[in-house]
Amino acid sequence: MRDFWNTALKDLGKIGVAYILITVGVWVVFMILIPQLIMFDYSLRPMLPLRDIGGPKDVWTLKNYMVFFTNRLHMAIFFKTIWSSLIVTVTALTICYPIAFYLAKVARGAKIGLLMLGLIIPYWINELLRLFAWQIILADMGILNQFLIFLGIIADPINFRMGNGAVILGMTYAYILFMVFPIYNVMESLDRNQLDAARDLGASWLRIHYKIVMPHAKPGIAVGCTMTFMLAAGTVAAPQLLGSPSSFWFTQVINTNFECANWNLGAAYATVLMLLCVVFMFMMLKLFKVGLKELTQ
Amino acid sequence: MGQDVEISGVSMRFNEVYAVRDINVHIQAGEFFSFLGPSGCGKTTLLRLVSGFMDPSEGQIKIGGKDMCKIGSNNRPTAMIFQNLALFPLMTVAQNIGFGLEVRHVAKAKREKKVEELIELVDLYGTGDRMVSELSGGQKQRVAIARALAVNPAVLLLDEPLSALDLRLRNHMRAELRNIQRRTDVTFIYITHDQTEALTMSDRVGVMSIGKLEQVAKPDIIYNTPKTAFVASFVGESNIVDGDIIRIDGDYALLKTAAGSFFGKNPQHMDKGETATIFIRPETVFLATDSHAENRLTCRTKTISFEGAYAVVTLATEQGQIFTMRLNNDGSVPRIEEGETIKVRFNRENAFLLKDGGTSIA
Amino acid sequence: MKSSKSIFRIIIGLYLTLFFAYMFLPLIFMTIIAFNANDIPQITPWKGFTLMWFGELAKDEQMWSALWNSFLVAFSVVAISVPIGLGGALLLTRLQFKARNFVYGVLVSPILTPGIILGISTFLFWDSYMDIPGGLWTAILGQSTFISSYCMLLIMSRAQRFDLTQEEAAFDLGATHGQVFWKITLPFLRPALISSMALAFMQSFDNYNTTLFAIGVEQTLPIYIGTKLRSFISPAMNALAVVFILLTVLGAIIYEYRRRREMIKAA
Repeated sequence: MRDFWNTALKDLGKIGVAYILITVGVWVVFMILIPQLIMFDYSLRPMLPLRDIGGPKDVWTLKNYMVFFTNRLHMAIFFKTIWSSLIVTVTALTICYPIAFYLAKVARGAKIGLLMLGLIIPYWINELLRLFAWQIILADMGILNQFLIFLGIIADPINFRMGNGAVILGMTYAYILFMVFPIYNVMESLDRNQLDAARDLGASWLRIHYKIVMPHAKPGIAVGCTMTFMLAAGTVAAPQLLGSPSSFWFTQVINTNFECANWNLGAAYATVLMLLCVVFMFMMLKLFKVGLKELTQ
Repeated sequence: MGQDVEISGVSMRFNEVYAVRDINVHIQAGEFFSFLGPSGCGKTTLLRLVSGFMDPSEGQIKIGGKDMCKIGSNNRPTAMIFQNLALFPLMTVAQNIGFGLEVRHVAKAKREKKVEELIELVDLYGTGDRMVSELSGGQKQRVAIARALAVNPAVLLLDEPLSALDLRLRNHMRAELRNIQRRTDVTFIYITHDQTEALTMSDRVGVMSIGKLEQVAKPDIIYNTPKTAFVASFVGESNIVDGDIIRIDGDYALLKTAAGSFFGKNPQHMDKGETATIFIRPETVFLATDSHAENRLTCRTKTISFEGAYAVVTLATEQGQIFTMRLNNDGSVPRIEEGETIKVRFNRENAFLLKDGGTSIA
Repeated sequence: MKSSKSIFRIIIGLYLTLFFAYMFLPLIFMTIIAFNANDIPQITPWKGFTLMWFGELAKDEQMWSALWNSFLVAFSVVAISVPIGLGGALLLTRLQFKARNFVYGVLVSPILTPGIILGISTFLFWDSYMDIPGGLWTAILGQSTFISSYCMLLIMSRAQRFDLTQEEAAFDLGATHGQVFWKITLPFLRPALISSMALAFMQSFDNYNTTLFAIGVEQTLPIYIGTKLRSFISPAMNALAVVFILLTVLGAIIYEYRRRREMIKAA
């Protein structure tokens, strides 16, 4: 232990070590740990009017969680959120995998830069405005409906916003970048010669992908899926803009709780969401047998 | 001006392993001293201990009579030239050289003047404003040297600085370094695994085996009178034969080996009955033209390779022992044919009996 | 063999076209609508070319106030996140200790945490225990929690390629720790620091999820947009989108231009 401090001081000097300890310390303690613990604490306390806080009624209780587990509507919403987020993840993966592969292995030279730019530019525009674009497209008198009517395929406009479809579509649109880049990064490190060799030996493209590319890309896929799922499950913007009452999202439930000033209940629900994300992440790690270290932008 | 460096009982331990153990040597002020040894012998560790990057686990280092304990590398009167040179890539040549002065808050005018002087000293005219990445290997070397000299160190530490250069440049730089050292009178501590470098450049050489200092002496003494088997086998080439001591004769001893019995010097004062190894340099083996019987071998020549100024002859005794002989091409020796059986011998003053075998060269 | 290759090419080409159409068409539609003199954001019926929505946007006090807040918050976030990110990067790249992987996990965890949870926890902490109500300050802190992680990762990837013998050489020549850091280490890290500043700014400016829960009654631009879009939809929002698009395209052009110049310089 002493050795560690001596080396640290020798390497970085007193000010350096102090700087690191203070910045990281403040960050971890005041911004990461304590707020989380407080949220957790809130979730365990009942909602009380101001004057009762700190008094005899202020005890630790699982009541808030019980409210959640006994509320069938909320449970249904919770599972629907999970299910829809999974759909978003899978859809994004299916769309992005070829793109990532193309970008990493097939495209050459100037094309790569251009395509990258084409991927990144939309993301510089605010997420909400992009979702708004879809709102317009999918509205009752929106572009898609007008187009279909114009083509004579339908007579009356379709209410795209009924059900989850619009939300899922919007989310996929919003989170494509988070799926493409991790996979692209991993694929880049794959030696092109392996592919050529396999091709040379007569393997079909399907085989090549299944046996060579995908195993190599596993970490990237895991990261991409984790991020996409967590973004999908944890976002408020898309459901707010593209959803309808029938596609209420779990995060919106949390929001409602806060709007009604029931912070305790909201904290409990938020903790549930948090647990969901943690569980999902560990599942992904196990599924793809990946360590925690893989995270690049 | 150079200062002396006194290393007393210095050991350095990393967890359970000793990188260097009980090193004792007194390097004189203004001396060009080399530590010579194979990779992993601890010479880099020793250099880093002197420069102050580490403090020794045991022992003491004094520079100019002052104890360096706990004094960091930035406060010691030393400057180091790293193996990878460690030039600052984002700075020009002049900025690199002037760095030591800059951090000492030397006035700009004075600093620039000193930088100019040093650029002249190391022969880098006109490169002051170039980025170091644009320079050749030899030029980068000289920037490193100038940069180190700028802070007027009492001791300059050089970590195998020439190993990355090609042969011609290396030879040239060796002469230059020696030159600079003589002119500035700074104490040079040089580490290398190349014995030619150590022997040609240094005032004294310290030969190191794994963590231990085997011998400290002038180059010719190291070469001609090795004190231990390691030194004898590491420095220069030797014929090596193991055997048992059967007789003591003053400073000499008789070693009985499979190839015959030989007399050699006994510097370690070994006793009768001890196992020892005899070391004989190839150039001290010659054709036996007289009837002198001592240290005489009858061998068959296996190969002869003419290398211009001399010839290397590989011989095999009846028992299969391989000997190497080096003959000068000065016409004094009759031509030898391959496959011929000849008689060779060597003088007892040129042979050394030392404890612990070395590595054979054949 | 050849014909299958060209079929292959066609499929790829088609896929790419569809993909980028999917990405860009919505934006193109947005832009067109911004100039349509139609009260409702649509392409048809086309009621004439107009710039009035831009005018309406410019007159919106709330929008300007939210924009100002966005800048305030973004600059503050940069000022907090980059130093913290630097601290974290130095901790993980320069110090060796057993719990390194664990600490790495902790410092990266904010990225993996849903934004709203960061917002909620920050809000609860400062509002209840520190008596600072939800507002710009809590938004800044909530955002900084995870943006610091991004900065840290960015700086780390550069710091890992740093040749430490340079620092040793500088020490050896007599520099103090401060001088070594300022003259040797920092210049090396500068590109990463600059790009993390840019990243932090953009992420902060754009952030919705965390800010929504942390900011209480105040507004940054995304919050403003969110509220507006949920209540009364007006093509003024399209005008705002066009402004964004223009700035983005401008940014992209400048970026490409500078990149091309760098490549020419290096050649």
